[in-house]
Amino acid sequence: MLDVDRSTPPVLLHHGEQFRLERLPADRSRIVYPPEPLPGLDDPDAAIRRAIEEPIDSEPLRELLFPDMRLTIAFDDISLPLPKMRRPDIRQRVIEAVLDVAADVGVDDIHLIAALALHRRMTEAELRHSVGDRVYDAFAPRGQLYNHDAEDPDGMTVIGETRHGEEVQISTRAATSDLIVYVNLNLVSMDGGWKSTATGLSGYQGLRHHHNVATMRATRSFMDQDRSELHRSNWRQGAVLRDAGIKVFQIETTVNNDLFGDGPLAVLAKREWEWTPRDRATFMGVKAGLDRMTPGGRRRILHSWEAPYALTSVQAGEVEAVHRITTEHVYDQQLVAVEGQTDVVLYGLPYVGPYNVNSIMNPILVMCLGLGYFFNMYRGRPVVREGGVLIMTHPTTDEFHPVHHPSYIDFFEQVLAETTDPIEIERRYEVGYAEDEWYRHLYRTSYAYHGVHPFYMWYWGSHALEHLGGVVVVGGDPATVRRLGFRPASTLADALEIASDLVGPSPSITYVKNPPIGMADVT
Amino acid sequence: MRLPSPLARVRAAGFPWTAAPTPRGVEPPPQVERLGDAYDTDWARRPVALWSRIAALESVGRVATRVTCRPTVHNLDRLGGNDGPLIFVANHHSHLDTALLLTTLPMPWRHELVVAAAADYFFDTAPKAALAAWAYGAVPMERRRASRRSADRAATLLEDGWSLLIFPEGGRSPDGWGQPHKGGAAYLGVRCGVPVVPVHLHGTGRVLPKGRTVPEPHAVQINVGAPLRPEPDEDARRFALRVEAGIARLADETSSDWWEARRRAAIGSTPSLKGPQQDTWRRDWHSPDRRPLDRRPRRWPS
Repeated sequence: MLDVDRSTPPVLLHHGEQFRLERLPADRSRIVYPPEPLPGLDDPDAAIRRAIEEPIDSEPLRELLFPDMRLTIAFDDISLPLPKMRRPDIRQRVIEAVLDVAADVGVDDIHLIAALALHRRMTEAELRHSVGDRVYDAFAPRGQLYNHDAEDPDGMTVIGETRHGEEVQISTRAATSDLIVYVNLNLVSMDGGWKSTATGLSGYQGLRHHHNVATMRATRSFMDQDRSELHRSNWRQGAVLRDAGIKVFQIETTVNNDLFGDGPLAVLAKREWEWTPRDRATFMGVKAGLDRMTPGGRRRILHSWEAPYALTSVQAGEVEAVHRITTEHVYDQQLVAVEGQTDVVLYGLPYVGPYNVNSIMNPILVMCLGLGYFFNMYRGRPVVREGGVLIMTHPTTDEFHPVHHPSYIDFFEQVLAETTDPIEIERRYEVGYAEDEWYRHLYRTSYAYHGVHPFYMWYWGSHALEHLGGVVVVGGDPATVRRLGFRPASTLADALEIASDLVGPSPSITYVKNPPIGMADVT
Repeated sequence: MRLPSPLARVRAAGFPWTAAPTPRGVEPPPQVERLGDAYDTDWARRPVALWSRIAALESVGRVATRVTCRPTVHNLDRLGGNDGPLIFVANHHSHLDTALLLTTLPMPWRHELVVAAAADYFFDTAPKAALAAWAYGAVPMERRRASRRSADRAATLLEDGWSLLIFPEGGRSPDGWGQPHKGGAAYLGVRCGVPVVPVHLHGTGRVLPKGRTVPEPHAVQINVGAPLRPEPDEDARRFALRVEAGIARLADETSSDWWEARRRAAIGSTPSLKGPQQDTWRRDWHSPDRRPLDRRPRRWPS
């Protein structure tokens, strides 16, 4: 954390696929920098083998396998990690280790499922990147490696209901397996636990019970499982799965904060006073280059970046016991102590979020990243006080990926033109989009997010919408920003002027730099 | 009229153009052994020779192997996490094997690699020895008997940070099938604590098999295995068996897929690289180096 004074140089803010250097007001601003990357494990493969041979509160994987069994290996989809990691992906390492044991035991009936819930299907290249060519070439041609299909009328099973009346629905293949091995990549503390199976392998019928406005508004925050209604609901659904006799062997992994390595983007992970002459030259060159490129060119360059993450922990065994340890590892890497709340919080939104990998960050995803993910990256209290202002920098154009986000286009044009109130949106429009046959068809056969997905993105920000007094987008397209219900500003100074109208003159300002990922522990 | 050869003219000119004969009754001076196993290759790893070799391999060598072999390299990710020297061990079907690996293995090993070459074949004359040492970074390796000198030299190079490429079959396959492995690579792995990387080459025998001098282009698959380390109580003989099994498994992986090969390995039914034991036409028929039949449709009906 840095208190800004007159000597503080302009600071770096992400601005979608570009960057901004902004000077913050002295003596009332502070900067929360993300933590340094933790060292990775020396031998990740040995650590993975040890984890599955000596699991937590479970028999070793080898003893859970037998030759004539049905084994389903589910793994996290392309929304993790961000940006994608250099090969070999952690999922590949873990899946190969699991298959090594399965081969020794003699298991034949194995299916591998990309647990993507209502996200878009992964392409062959994306699956190959996640599981590796060896696994893909062995299983995909036999139809034993595929994307989860939550709208397959014959492929989904309702297991039961929780005591709160929440239906529990998962893939039939997983439900009828003797064992589900879930391979998890926990990038943030929201991921993992029962959310892996109860959400990743579920469909609309199961998800609607916790992907809704009431749950999100009762969640403080969804990055803090102890105060998250989202997680409580998933845990209840997990208990139903467990009580129904569905066995899950959970393998969770954590990675460090090394998003940019030593390459040309290394400067993005450094604090401004650490920039060497070479870093400054690199930054100016990169910025000038990106500023002169087309949006498509910028996207191609930035989305091709693969982060050199290192594995910091791997644990396997019983879902809840494993997840407790995993969460501690995530916190060890990401928590930053922040003293007191602020009047104005400032975020620079980067080019990628969980739902626009190899795609376009459309305005609804801008809202979700800023008010959903970034706002909720706290434990204790939000960084900004109730009634405060959130300022984010992003171009926010009304550009959509027509293949990946078809229902988002209609959501923007039809729903947001009427209202931005999450409750009204949920009441009037959700079911129509969720049950639309065309969106179902695109989700199942193309590479489209499910029809209901933009609603969930909007709900993700509903806690922030309720908490905040206003949202200002710096550098955003004014018409698009207004459609989202936010205020556009052309410069940061203008945005701070607008914020002053809402929170009073000379407000305290906190800039939370992200990425690399940090989570504010607010006291 | 036939001109006399230059060598004959030199011989005819006598001393001092040729060596003076040893007088009778005088014990001849001892012959200093300079070829074969004793050939000194240090010069070939000094900067001038090293960089000229790298330049030649990265230009001429790379183009030549791409044109003749069209190589596809699989599973290089298995080398991730290793940054020290490695011993690469491959099956051997062709003179192209060495050039191919010297131009396709990843950095940093590609430029820090010495090749164990048969002392009796590549180092029997000075010009051949110099050419092998420069072009391939070859070091002589005795293949007909155990040689302390060969082993010590290879161990010293590994300790100095050089990686080593060995073809443990000791020579190119005469018929496309594998030959019994010699234990040198495994011995060095155990002695120096250096991981051994099994590599399987499929198709080089179709390009330039033993006995041919003109290559016939064909696609080649290179499958790189995970580095193997000797177990704490494993001796070189057992480690050699494991390395050999590793190459056989890679061959199985190339002809089927990773999972099938892994399953067969688990139940001990990985196909042997040595092929059918019976010496019949079927052994030749199924040989990995037999070029597939031309399956293109005939332009004219027969």
